[in-house]
Amino acid sequence: MATQAEHSSTNRRDFLYVATGAVGAVGAAAVVWPLINQLNPDASTLALASIEFDISAIPEGQSVTITWRGLPVFVRHRTTAEIEEAKAVPLSDLKDPQTDEERTKPGHEQWLVMIANCTHLGCIPVGESGDFDGWFCPCHGSHYDSAGRIRRGPAPKNLVVPPYEFVSDTLIQIG
Amino acid sequence: MSEHSTYTPGTAVEKWLDDRLPIIRFSKEHLMDFPTPKNLNYWWTFGAILVLCLGVQIVTGVILAMHYTPNIAMAFDSVEHIRRDVNGGRIIQAVHAVGASMFFVALYTHMFRGLYYGSYKAPREIIWILGVLIFILTVATAFMGYILPWGQMSFWGATVISNIFSAIPVVGENIKQLVLGGFAVGNPTLNRFFSLHYLLPFVIAAIVVLHIWALHVPGNNNPIGVEVKESRDTVAFHPYYTMKDLFAMVVFMIPFAWFVFFAPDILGHPDNYIMANSQVTPAHIVPEWYLLPFYTILRAIDFNVLFIDSKLGGVIAMGGALVMLLIVPWLDTSKVRSGTFRPLFKWFYWLFVINFVTLTYLGAQPAEAPYTYLAKICTGYYFLYFLVILPVLSRIETPKPLPTSISESVLGKAHA
Repeated sequence: MATQAEHSSTNRRDFLYVATGAVGAVGAAAVVWPLINQLNPDASTLALASIEFDISAIPEGQSVTITWRGLPVFVRHRTTAEIEEAKAVPLSDLKDPQTDEERTKPGHEQWLVMIANCTHLGCIPVGESGDFDGWFCPCHGSHYDSAGRIRRGPAPKNLVVPPYEFVSDTLIQIG
Repeated sequence: MSEHSTYTPGTAVEKWLDDRLPIIRFSKEHLMDFPTPKNLNYWWTFGAILVLCLGVQIVTGVILAMHYTPNIAMAFDSVEHIRRDVNGGRIIQAVHAVGASMFFVALYTHMFRGLYYGSYKAPREIIWILGVLIFILTVATAFMGYILPWGQMSFWGATVISNIFSAIPVVGENIKQLVLGGFAVGNPTLNRFFSLHYLLPFVIAAIVVLHIWALHVPGNNNPIGVEVKESRDTVAFHPYYTMKDLFAMVVFMIPFAWFVFFAPDILGHPDNYIMANSQVTPAHIVPEWYLLPFYTILRAIDFNVLFIDSKLGGVIAMGGALVMLLIVPWLDTSKVRSGTFRPLFKWFYWLFVINFVTLTYLGAQPAEAPYTYLAKICTGYYFLYFLVILPVLSRIETPKPLPTSISESVLGKAHA
């Protein structure tokens, strides 16, 4: 005896197949997620989120490299000439346009704080070199200017300015 | 190709086994009686050499793992401990390190053989695709293995390559952190690379089984690219090719042994004998020689294309260079399989070989003129060869007449 259901294109059994499949997919995703998520940075890594650093010992025209979250960070005490050079660059010349003001803190233009990894593939550029009085990454030939902005070479972005604040005139907090 | 085996179990024990697990029957069919074209040249022995290489890497690797410590504070010293203190460790470590290079020599030879003789063409597309997957997995495995000694090149190689993930739009930085297990290459990275470096060779071995299975359905290609037509075209795999392969293996082991015994470090970069330092980049980061062609393609793209910036562009180009290999069977539509009978193809093929060697050379040079220009030209030819030259040649080329059979090409027309 042929019923209505046997003739229609979808029937109760099709629905059960799809419903079972959907529940199965959700279940599989729920099992897989913790297996993927364990790859993410763990609590001990995240705990190193913030540091304080005393900049009073860095004379004008010199840089230090410090470590924050396992990453090297440049802290440079820029000379007046370098600041003026950076400010004189028209934004139209820049691959990743950013003004000098956007990369420093107001009243502390002489301090440049940047994550020291080239934005191309992460090498540490060499300071006070390259064609723009800033940094040069010898790995693949990226030139950065005196504000750490990319000027020539394969790197797509300016050197990254991490979140930081001046706690006092001589103390910065990164992170 | 799969003729039915003539195996009849000789003893009661063999009979008992054959009814339950016909492994002797299988070995006889596939390792001994397997009908193989009788005109295979020495380029074909690299398949067997690769099996040897994988075996050597797995055996020495398992042993090295018994003495190695995957912790950033101890990894560098534990490798030195293996080289200085462990009994025979100096040789075992050298065999593993040199073995990686020898593996790639054989792998590239095997692949270029396939490209010349059209081994990727129907009905062997799946063999080729599985082979490309093996190649990509081997590259990944070798790369992760290179990180383990935790030297300067290890660390910075890992930094540079993991930055590839940060090129992915929007979620790149998060994916990079997921891959590294931190904000930078560190202990979690080393631990997981060690785990995967140990795991992947077994995955490779499994795919090798599929690769050989897929080979044993249509049977081997051969230097003239004419399919086997009659039993006179073939000889049994054993003893004819087992002996030939064994001889080739012995010859292959001579340079292998020379490196191991006389210059175990010559293929590596001296900077890897400086312990990893996250605060100092080596002046010039170079990967191992066998990854140089793809590294050159990665950094050849130093310009933006529309909305794709140079970094993402480089990553796409490098990935594309590998993915390109997967679709070769459909790019080269020439009916003639072997390059021997394709007068125009030969020129472009050998230019491609020279181009590939040049890409290797350029990867080891600093990123400055004239190398950067050459890198762009060579990268261009790499893609041109696959995307334009192969499809166009298939249409315009008039191949030379093919021998009617393998027997004819071996014995001459009189016997055909």
